[in-house]
Amino acid sequence: MLERMETTTAQTREEAVAFPPPETIRLRPTKGFSRVLAPKELWRYRDLAGQIALRDITIRYRQTALGGAWAVLQPIGFMVVFSLIFGNVAGISSNGLPYPLFSLSALVPWVFFSNALLLGSDSLVSNSALVSKIYFPRIFMPMGVVVAGFVDLAISIVILMIIVFAWGFVPSLAILALPLLVVIAAATALGVSSALSAINVRYRDVRYVVPFAIQLWLFITPIVYPSSSIDEPWRTLSAINPMVGVVEGFRWATLGTGNAPWDLIGISALSAAVLFVAGLAYFDRVERAFADFV
Amino acid sequence: MPEIAIETHELGKRYTLGLQGRGYGTLRESLVEAARKPFSRRGREGRKGDQLWALHDLSMTIRSGEVVGLIGHNGAGKSTLLKILSRITEPSAGYADVTGRVGSLLEVGTGFHPELTGRENIFLNGSILGMRKAEIRARFDEIVEFAEIARFLDTPVKRYSSGMSVRLAFAVAAHLEPEILLVDEVLAVGDAAFQRKSLGKMNEVAKEGRTVVFVSHNLAIIQALCTRGVLLERGEVKADAPIVEAIDHYLRTLESAASDNLLERTDRDSRAYDETLVRRLSIEDVSSGHPNVVVAGRPATIVVEVTEQLPTMECQLTIVNSLGQPVCTLDSEMSAPVDVRSPELGTRIECAIDSLPLLPGRYRIDVLVKAKRHIQDGLQAAAFFDVEPGMIGDRPLAAEAAGDVSLPHSWRLPA
Repeated sequence: MLERMETTTAQTREEAVAFPPPETIRLRPTKGFSRVLAPKELWRYRDLAGQIALRDITIRYRQTALGGAWAVLQPIGFMVVFSLIFGNVAGISSNGLPYPLFSLSALVPWVFFSNALLLGSDSLVSNSALVSKIYFPRIFMPMGVVVAGFVDLAISIVILMIIVFAWGFVPSLAILALPLLVVIAAATALGVSSALSAINVRYRDVRYVVPFAIQLWLFITPIVYPSSSIDEPWRTLSAINPMVGVVEGFRWATLGTGNAPWDLIGISALSAAVLFVAGLAYFDRVERAFADFV
Repeated sequence: MPEIAIETHELGKRYTLGLQGRGYGTLRESLVEAARKPFSRRGREGRKGDQLWALHDLSMTIRSGEVVGLIGHNGAGKSTLLKILSRITEPSAGYADVTGRVGSLLEVGTGFHPELTGRENIFLNGSILGMRKAEIRARFDEIVEFAEIARFLDTPVKRYSSGMSVRLAFAVAAHLEPEILLVDEVLAVGDAAFQRKSLGKMNEVAKEGRTVVFVSHNLAIIQALCTRGVLLERGEVKADAPIVEAIDHYLRTLESAASDNLLERTDRDSRAYDETLVRRLSIEDVSSGHPNVVVAGRPATIVVEVTEQLPTMECQLTIVNSLGQPVCTLDSEMSAPVDVRSPELGTRIECAIDSLPLLPGRYRIDVLVKAKRHIQDGLQAAAFFDVEPGMIGDRPLAAEAAGDVSLPHSWRLPA
């Protein structure tokens, strides 16, 4: 260590870099859970986690004509179409809210979730060159996608709030619940997409299943219709789909109207926690074999 | 510095054939299989019988500061060992103790993203290779200078020439400061000047007292860089000796493997489709008919016999010198009007050389047979041959001729 310092004294900044003392790592066949559930390992590679997320953010809209505007155009586009079809033609109830606001407040978290799911489930396969050549905690791949999605989500929440104000609504303190709802959506997205990305390594069928499944998921989530149009006990039970709590929660928190759907949010939070833990646990179990298959 | 950098104990890696390599299964296949044998524990046990131990009972110790060359045929387990040591894949048996930070250079430029600029890629690639952000910042200028890309730092890498991206990739990797560096066949990139520069850098790294494990098919480079050689064969250590001895041993095993019946060889190209296999390969002096002894400047014919006659067969032969450096490649896909295609040849492929331009010495021939647009079979060192002194273009060979070839030529000199 000393020798190296001496040879590079010309670079003064060099000395600021502390090298950890070498430690011995035993590489052996592992059983059970090892890597994702080893926070020490994740911490050791924290810089890489940041770099991967940063990369996903930087390249998402590079060489697109509209750039970051896509973060907003997607939910707005859906809003326009849904308002025309479901709001005007089909005349679906929106609990007395203007249909565009009703659908946009649900679409903002939904677009975040569906993009994270779509890109996350492909993240290991699309980075196969890295996975088969370099060691790093593989969970950083789906995680980077979810983290990168936060930037889009933040932009679209700002736009949503501008539209809400413009329409004459004033959000209440309920808006403070947004971070919790975002956490539920992110945990679900990470849990499900990491499991799917792991299956995708073995079975590329996932590529065809996910876009289809996302469309179905859109319709079992109260985005174009209010969850109040479902009869009990099915309304409460439907919150097993974590996006039910997230979407209804977003409506309440951003528009500042109606009653707090804490029953739905509570069930969804529990369900999201289960999906998160189960997804990561599955990922962890199969992670060690990725390089042999991808 | 700890005394021992790497210690492996009965290390093994098992691959289940058919599940890796040429494709990936579909969910349907697995479901069908699961339905057929509902009670077999397929996922864990795999199908018995088609398993391959890429590494088997491998025990070795590498002391800190040693520069070790791993040599061996294709499929001997060199790359598998590096993959285990760099934690990309897990061993199936035994263990390896690794002391110190490991930097692995298994492929230059892995982790470059074409849309990111050179600057962004240096940080991304550096952290992928295990450097902390502060270290990358401290070495940033050095990396840029080594790669000679200062003007293009803020240009996306996709607009780089291939030479530029290779230089940048090597520069980032070479400026890693790990205690243990694993290198797999990466110096064979870039132009000649940059190759010399990279080799110099690797030499420097080796001299700084870091532990280096090095894999290359170029025995000249291995011999120049390494002090100790480990010869692997079928996943086991066949020889572990000073580098010159290990290389000698390897060359001898190569020769004994080039037996009359090449079908016995198992170290075949992993990309091959195996519909036809190389049965025999030899080079013959046209007039004497002696196999594998030819004379410089005389006509010679390389004969390849395969097991099956397939439509549109192509053959690629590479002549390699005794240090493992390729001398030339003869490729039937680059066709010329003098080429003949005839069904009467059957399973025999011939390559005729009018005047063999090789200098005396020992050479080997690597062969690749293609058909139906796929590689059908590939073998390294399918035959060894000796070139006896002769005359090239009616001219005797210089006693101290440098290199591997001479060319027919004529002079015009003042009288």
